[in-house]
Order: sequence, then structure tokens, then C-alpha cells
Amino acid sequence: MEFMKNGKRIDDRLPNELRPIKFEVGPLERADGSCYVEHGGNKIIAAVYGPRAVHPRHLQEANRAIIRYRYNMASFSVEERRRPGPDRRSIEISKVSREAIDPVIIKEFYPRSTIDIFVEILQADAGTRSAGINAASVALADAGVPMRGLISSCAVGKVDDTVVLDLVKEEDNYGQADMPVAMDVRTGEVTLLQMDGHLTLDEFEQALELGKIGCASIAEMQREALIQKYRGEEDE
Amino acid sequence: MKKQEKLDKTIVVPGDLLSEDATKAAEGTYVENEKVYSLIYGLADEREKVRVIPLSGKYLPAIGDVVIGMVSDISFSNWKVDINSPYEALMHISEDPRRIESSEMAKIMGVGDLAIFKVVDVDPSMKIELAPREGQLRVLRSGRIVEVSYTKVPRVIGRAGSMISLLKSKLDVNIFVGKNGRIWINGKAEDEDLAVEVIKRIEQEAHTSGLTDRITKLLEEEKHGVHEKR
Repeated sequence: MEFMKNGKRIDDRLPNELRPIKFEVGPLERADGSCYVEHGGNKIIAAVYGPRAVHPRHLQEANRAIIRYRYNMASFSVEERRRPGPDRRSIEISKVSREAIDPVIIKEFYPRSTIDIFVEILQADAGTRSAGINAASVALADAGVPMRGLISSCAVGKVDDTVVLDLVKEEDNYGQADMPVAMDVRTGEVTLLQMDGHLTLDEFEQALELGKIGCASIAEMQREALIQKYRGEEDE
Repeated sequence: MKKQEKLDKTIVVPGDLLSEDATKAAEGTYVENEKVYSLIYGLADEREKVRVIPLSGKYLPAIGDVVIGMVSDISFSNWKVDINSPYEALMHISEDPRRIESSEMAKIMGVGDLAIFKVVDVDPSMKIELAPREGQLRVLRSGRIVEVSYTKVPRVIGRAGSMISLLKSKLDVNIFVGKNGRIWINGKAEDEDLAVEVIKRIEQEAHTSGLTDRITKLLEEEKHGVHEKR
């Protein structure tokens, strides 16, 4: 499969260009915080509940809140119907996503409680864990959870020996490498870094740099979306 | 940018730089490398200190807070009280000046009853102890309860109680605002209806300026409407 033509990718983007991204803050009335995101072909909704009492009780910690993260793909989110319910892949993504967001949350403010994060993938088009983390981060802020910063995430990869930002499904499935990155852009702390495929050391460093630039753009969009929520109401 | 100016305060998100002067840090902020950053999503208020007023979040009790609680369970010598917080609060029978037998607890205050409490103790693991607000326990038997986010309570009360005074003067109702965002309204049904409407409006527009004027206008109009209908 040919991915690069005249320096442009299969969806006409430049190698360092993100897909169109749209954040909507607070679409869910019942959740304490929520966010809907469209990231290219991905459609994802994140809901945050808490801090609230922990059930089952034995999971609670006496001196801090616990964080639970559930990444789930809807059965209709991909071309071929997916069997509903958690599988090996989604359990792993839930774990790494939780660990990507956990370091910025001030858990000590809420002993004996839990903060539950639910990320539902309604439509998938590569980079769902990254887009899910972005949405979860905004939803946490919307819920009023104290955090040192917002976590932003995007994927980088390699197709036709070119390092590219924010892969689409074809590039992910048939490309040479896929590497999601999540970070706190202000501090530069990387909280998630996975890699599937092959990159040389030089390419890896180039990809990580590109990923950081992508995260910085996304951080700005997350911030703008949160500010817009209250500016919008001001208009009425 | 023009819209932003209409707000009296700037909206900030976690991690936003607020000040280069670490001594200015107040609630809703944290200090890293001698700089002050926002800890929460809210409105930055910079005066002598810089603090961030939350726009959302859960109520955390502090000693001395006066709250409206609902009894959720009765154990041997304690009432378990829901105070609209992640943590359940307890009131021991000895907090009531009367001598109450364990078997009579449900008669004094049963499950589902609401009352006004004072927070007397909060320990590091968030075990919360309550007492009746003043002296004897008074269960709220009439009126109704509205719940707003605890973050909007200062706006519902207004500067030095101005908003509450306004409501009480225009409507023939008794209003009590708990720190936890529960508000008790007691009066005639129409007045209660209007009070609920107004409080919901205050909650929605809590972050905007000129709110008191708008609420005054709303009250005038609505009050007129109510009279005409009769």
C-alpha cells in the first residue's frame, strides 16, 4: 500500500498535521464531568463521577482517592461488529490510560473515595486511546477534580519510511509503526509511551519530538474548549 | 476576547500559570519552582493573593460549616447523615441536649428526615461529626429543598447576604442556605415556586457579573405575573 504521494498522506494531510479535532465540554447532565470529542473519524464520550464513596469497600485507601478508568468500545464502533464487553485489549488500554492520567490528579484531597472515569468509543478510527485520554482529562477538569495540569495525548508512527503525526486507520493497520504518546505539556512529563512496529533510534527520537508538538496543539484545544463552555453561556 | 471582558474574572484550567510570586498562592492553586499554577478549572481572582474559585466539584466539609443533611441510616447511637458530599457524616445521640434512648432515635429523627446541622469535627480520614445547628435538633417538616452546586453558594447568598435579603424582601419566604449547596425554602407555594426558579437562575448565571440587578428585575416581573394570574 502506498501512503505518501507528493509529500501528502492518504487523507491529504502533511506528515506533521493533526486531523480535525472538536471538543465539547459537559454534554452529560448526570455525570459530574463529561466531554465529547471528535478526533478525525473517532467519536468518543468521556464521563467522570466522583470523588464518591468506593464500592466495593475493600478497594478504598485510607489516605487518598483511587482512580478507576474504563475504556470501552461500542459494538458498533468498528466495521465488523465487536463482541461487547471487556477483552484483553480494552483491559490493557484501561490500565495504561489510568496510569497516564493518574500522576496529575491530587488524590490526597479525597481520602477513602474513588474517581471513576468512563471512556466510551462510539466510532473508532485509530488513536482511540489517545483521544480517550484527551476527553477524560477535559472531563476531569469539568468535574472540578484538582489536577496539576491537563494530560494531552496523540499518536505518531511511520508509513513509507516517513515519520507522521496522528495516524488514520489505514496508516495504523498497514503502516510500519504506531506510537501513542501522552504527556503534561507544561512540565514535559511523559505519562504514556507505547510502541507497536519498528523505528530506528533516530526515527524514535524524531517521532517523540513530533508527538510532543502534537500534544501541545491538543493541550491548547482542550484549554480553549473548557474556557468556551462558560464564555458561551455568557452570550445568552 | 470582547466576551471575555464581560466577566469580572478570568477562566483558568489546571496547570495555568497565575503568578510568578509564590507568596501569593491561595486556595485552588499550587506552587512549583516558586511559581503559582491553577489546581482546578475555575475563575482566577487576583488581589493581594491569587485564588481560583471552582466552577464545579464536590462539597468537602470543614469544621464550623452549617449544612442541611438528610438522615440515611440509624445505628445504635448515631444518625448517619447524607450531607451531599463524598463522605457520610455522623451525629451522636449525646449531641442532642435531651436524654434520648437508642430505641427512640427514629422518633426524634427518622430515615429521610432533613435537618440543619453544624460540622463539629472532620478528621484526616474524613470522618465527619455533626451537631444540631443551635442547641436542640429541629427537623425540617415543611417547605422544600433545592440543591445547587456548593460552588454557587456564595453567589446565592450574595455579598454580605445581599442576594438572600433581596429574595426574602421580595417574596414572603424563609430561606436557609447550607454550605453544602442544599437550600431550604419555606413559605406559600407560589412564593416557593418563584424562589426555586430564581435560585436555579442564580446557579446557572453564577459566574457572570451584574447578576443582582438581573435577579431584581426578574423578581419584579415574575411577582407582577403572579398577581395578574390571580
